[in-house]
Amino acid sequence: MTQVSMTVNGKAVSGVVEGRTLLVDFLRGNLRLTGTHVGCDTSQCGACVVHVDGRAVKACTMFALEAEGAQVRTIEGMANADGSLGVIQQAFQDHHGLQCGFCTPGMVMSAAALLKDNPRPTEAEVRAHLEGNICRCTGYHNIVKAIMAASGQDVAAIAAE
Amino acid sequence: MYAFEIERPTTIAAAAAALAHDGAQALGGGQTLIPSLKQRLASPEKLVSLTAIPEMRGVCLSDAGEVCIGGATAHATVAAEAAAHFPALAALASHIGDPAVRNRGTIGGSLANNDPSACYPAAVLGTGATIITNSRSIAADDYFDGMFSTALTEGEIITEVRFPVPQRANYQKFVQPASRFALVGVFVAQYAGGVRVAVTGASEGGVFRWAEAEAALSASFSAAALEGLSVPAEGMIGDLHGTPEYRAHLVKVMTKRAVAAA
Repeated sequence: MTQVSMTVNGKAVSGVVEGRTLLVDFLRGNLRLTGTHVGCDTSQCGACVVHVDGRAVKACTMFALEAEGAQVRTIEGMANADGSLGVIQQAFQDHHGLQCGFCTPGMVMSAAALLKDNPRPTEAEVRAHLEGNICRCTGYHNIVKAIMAASGQDVAAIAAE
Repeated sequence: MYAFEIERPTTIAAAAAALAHDGAQALGGGQTLIPSLKQRLASPEKLVSLTAIPEMRGVCLSDAGEVCIGGATAHATVAAEAAAHFPALAALASHIGDPAVRNRGTIGGSLANNDPSACYPAAVLGTGATIITNSRSIAADDYFDGMFSTALTEGEIITEVRFPVPQRANYQKFVQPASRFALVGVFVAQYAGGVRVAVTGASEGGVFRWAEAEAALSASFSAAALEGLSVPAEGMIGDLHGTPEYRAHLVKVMTKRAVAAA
């Protein structure tokens, strides 16, 4: 067992973990930040996406000890300071970008990473960026629409079919 | 996963020392190794992470005009930082896996694993790149040794890869949609001394050079120069995604597309 320390959503945290403890298990099990989900546990579905030092990663495919000293941001860190939904979260609600909501934490974190690098993506760019985030409910149209709306673009004509 | 320890050295020398212990295994970005550990396909006693070593990260241009990439450089970094010097390589890196995988997976990890369907082996063999390890330099033609097998010895670390920049080049990947690996991928590169063509995803022997296409393209760099050629199906991978005949056919199709796009 080894001590690990990192900053999660702006707060210094630490815990004692095994070598094999995944980052997602440290977040969910040790810190009780259960907003980050484990969908497939095989790096494919993207429900566990968090940001490590500003980059989107699959928290089920990284060990907690590899995040030693890192800045980690999870879905719990996406709301505004007053507790209201952040821009991307609010857009998901406004545009019905979720049904069961299981994939949503990863979708929001992937969307945030995209919009940081590319503030006004095209619809094709949004769809390409979500290649590693799988949703089994919505068929993606409203997720794409929500992300486009969160980037400040007019979404009336998007995914209208 | 079986239990193991993790060590995170910050220098190549410390990593090499840690890997000298029995049961130690190098950990790059972990995008293949961690899923393998979950399936209990590997049981190291100790993982030596190579991602905290600053001298193994980054992209630069050498005095000799080679693009040099640190062994622990993530695919996303290559996609962004190699674009100005070697756009075909940056494009290849930008289509590995998905965005989150590209932020963790490393070039050294991919090459050490030598998955027969991985993209980077095609670029390394297709450019005649040099693999630099903590103890020596290995030419691409001497490095790949069949699927999941390389010239690396126990505990040897890929610290850097040096790519000679071609006059023009292109990589075309026919994506296996579930895994996003190459069902067939072809890297074509033209140099003053001739053309190199490397194929990944297709052969049971792993990445290989298509010598007939290299000769034809060195004489005339055009898709038409490939018309009379064909690749034998013998030795090609056959699985539920494609028969050996299908893969052999795709090799030519993807080579023509790469030449046209180069």
